[in-house]
Amino acid sequence: MMASNGPMLAVGKLVVGMGRKADETPPPQAGKLAKDATAMTLQDVHVWYGPSRAIKGVTMAIPEHRVTALIGPSGCGKSTLIRCLNRLNDLIEGLRVEGRISLHGEDINDPRLDVITLRKRIGMVFQKSNPFPKSIYENVAYGLRVDGEHRREVLDQVVEESLKRAALWDEVKDRLRANALGLSGGQQQRLCIARAIATEPEVLLLDEPCSALDPIATGKIEELLYALKDAYTIIIVTHNMQQAARVSDVTGFLLMGELIEFDATEKLFTTPHDPRTEAYITGRFG
Amino acid sequence: MTRTRRPRGRLQFLLDQLPVWMTGITFGVALLMIVGLLSLILAKGLGTFWPAPLEEVRLKDGSRYLGLVHRTEAIPHQFAADGRPLQRTFFRIGNRDLYGVDFVWVDDAQIDSQNRLRNAVAVERLEWGPFYGTVAQVKTPSGVIGGAADSVWLALRHELPGGRKRFQAIRHIEKKVIGDINFAMEEHRLAIKRLGLSRAAQSAERTQHERAIADLEARYAGIAEELERKRTDDRAYRVVLAEIGGRTKELPISSLVRVHRPNQLSWAGCVGVYLDRLREFIFEQPREANSEGGVAPAIFGTVMMTLLMTLAVVPLGVLAALYLHEYAKQGWLVSIVRIAVNNLAGVPSIVFGVFGLGFFCYLIGGTIDQLFFPERLPTPTFGGGGILWASLTLSLLTVPVVIVATEEALAAVPNGIRAASLACGATKFQTIWRVVLPAAVPGILTGTILAMARGAGEVAPLMITGVVKLAPDLPLDHLAPFLHLERRFMHLGFHIYDVGFQSPNVEASKAMVYMTTILLLGVVVCLNLTAMQVRGRLREQFRGAEV
Repeated sequence: MMASNGPMLAVGKLVVGMGRKADETPPPQAGKLAKDATAMTLQDVHVWYGPSRAIKGVTMAIPEHRVTALIGPSGCGKSTLIRCLNRLNDLIEGLRVEGRISLHGEDINDPRLDVITLRKRIGMVFQKSNPFPKSIYENVAYGLRVDGEHRREVLDQVVEESLKRAALWDEVKDRLRANALGLSGGQQQRLCIARAIATEPEVLLLDEPCSALDPIATGKIEELLYALKDAYTIIIVTHNMQQAARVSDVTGFLLMGELIEFDATEKLFTTPHDPRTEAYITGRFG
Repeated sequence: MTRTRRPRGRLQFLLDQLPVWMTGITFGVALLMIVGLLSLILAKGLGTFWPAPLEEVRLKDGSRYLGLVHRTEAIPHQFAADGRPLQRTFFRIGNRDLYGVDFVWVDDAQIDSQNRLRNAVAVERLEWGPFYGTVAQVKTPSGVIGGAADSVWLALRHELPGGRKRFQAIRHIEKKVIGDINFAMEEHRLAIKRLGLSRAAQSAERTQHERAIADLEARYAGIAEELERKRTDDRAYRVVLAEIGGRTKELPISSLVRVHRPNQLSWAGCVGVYLDRLREFIFEQPREANSEGGVAPAIFGTVMMTLLMTLAVVPLGVLAALYLHEYAKQGWLVSIVRIAVNNLAGVPSIVFGVFGLGFFCYLIGGTIDQLFFPERLPTPTFGGGGILWASLTLSLLTVPVVIVATEEALAAVPNGIRAASLACGATKFQTIWRVVLPAAVPGILTGTILAMARGAGEVAPLMITGVVKLAPDLPLDHLAPFLHLERRFMHLGFHIYDVGFQSPNVEASKAMVYMTTILLLGVVVCLNLTAMQVRGRLREQFRGAEV
């Protein structure tokens, strides 16, 4: 199952490098999940596309400063679910969300809550890298600019910091004014991560961030996630089970809109409760 | 049983080629028509200014003509003994003031002899069209020069620049200096009228204006005196021209625009005359009911109107398209609106003209006059045709083009970057303004280019919303407020119509029609190239945005 391949090795090395941290906070077990502080909770969430139901009663608690992976076959509703978390689904006509989703106890679907503020607290990276047709600098500074930040020195500092945290600084520091569309696919995706973290969100949503990337670029992004999880609560959607196993602390398995199993990654991949989870992770369907 | 593969026959092969031929031929026909049109215009237009030789023709009946060959054609239903059709020639003989006509038909069979008179002079003057003949005398305050053709000619050439200078000086006083005084006086008069309208007894202000008018009148008297002095001075310089029949015509030298002896011109001399005429055509005012001189005011009017139209149509079209595509809830109502907008492009342009006249000129312009210029009534200020109303009418005409192009450009902006912007915490307006619109700019510019091309060539709606045959003042000048949007203006498209079909001397001005057409095409091409340059630069910036 966990075949050794390129990115795998890279990750393995990184885990060794971060051994000290791993000792301090051992991977959460099923029972220990409750002990972690919770960043977001979903309670009996249903999503309707007109008459058809895409998400059927998902309840989960997403732990703070952990990487939570959502796995499942194509069309199981992973992306729909993750887009509910920053209310990006508001744009889709005919889509309805039921149930309660809260960020640090605040109901995000509360009509009194400002969705713009919410999205500033929850950053997102998409499946297809989507930098704006602007310069690298302006891409990263975008979130601050729309927030009304004009001070040059603040922008400069944030851009540099964000690019450094997204492990892109060394590659682009000499061409910050160049068009972002001139970057390679992997660089573009890291730029999107830099853009998402520039506004200091609490939660970072990643919707299959590596599906369009080659293994080397994928490895770089995964390393990045390791480094970022101290500061952010990360939720990553992936259909690549090795990736989920490598990067996440907690994993949820979704099937046909239902959350089949939600547990510590190690546990879910080694001793799944549900026969459907086992069937999926052993590759019998999906 | 084995199935044998039948070899494809020659006919089958030809049938396969058929679509290629059909499409190719159709394309060829379209190309041919465009090339044909352009080459006709260029061939007819570009030769116009080349100085043609002056032919002296003696007919068998003893009459003589001096003129240039305008064109030759076969006489219908008349044949020579050998069966070939008889020819006749259309001579331009000029001297309209003496002959009453500019052109004469001569049957080639009647021509006794034809030769190029060495000393023949072609004179372009301010009135009565060209004069073809010889120079008899040149009169200056220092004496009269006559006699040998060459010495008179040299004397005339010598006096000509001085004459032009005197003419310019007189015209400067007549138009600019006196015009400015009139303008200022009119302002004071209107101010007095305004005081009367407000029924306030502000007599102090009134006397102030009256005093200003008196001052201006005193200045005018001084200038009029100077003008009269200059005119008297100018009248002393005269030239006597003789036509081929011996009659003479005496003219002030300042009324001559250009003289040359076409039969003695070297090739370089011809080029010089050609370039000088071209310069006059592009940079000078029209003369002789537009059939001679330049078209500078029409070029200016066309460019300014097109730019004003662009300034109006781009925001209008882009904002409408933004609403349609980004804000409006897509449904049957929006679909109907979209279809209606597309159909608007098919409404005859004269209908837009009538609407513009009724809505902009009479309703809006009339209201502006009532509110802001009551002292000038009943003379309309904004309440008649003007460059502003014409531009706005044309922007209504071209707005569908911009809307359609903008909508297409907006649809081509990937949804990914919209989502990315929203996920960064941008509002919908910020997303549109900072991300979507910049990415759509090249497409919007394509629509703008199409709108400009359509608008610059439109004539019908302009004829009733502000274009005139001859506008005394440009809509942009040195007098405050510099931009006079209420003024009527000249337009190259209308100029073509006017010179070609309304001119008293159609045959003489035919060439001007072709030249004006070339110029209009040139102006449209220039405007479009500029816009394309801008678009190219922006495209470079957004290269790869489709990813």
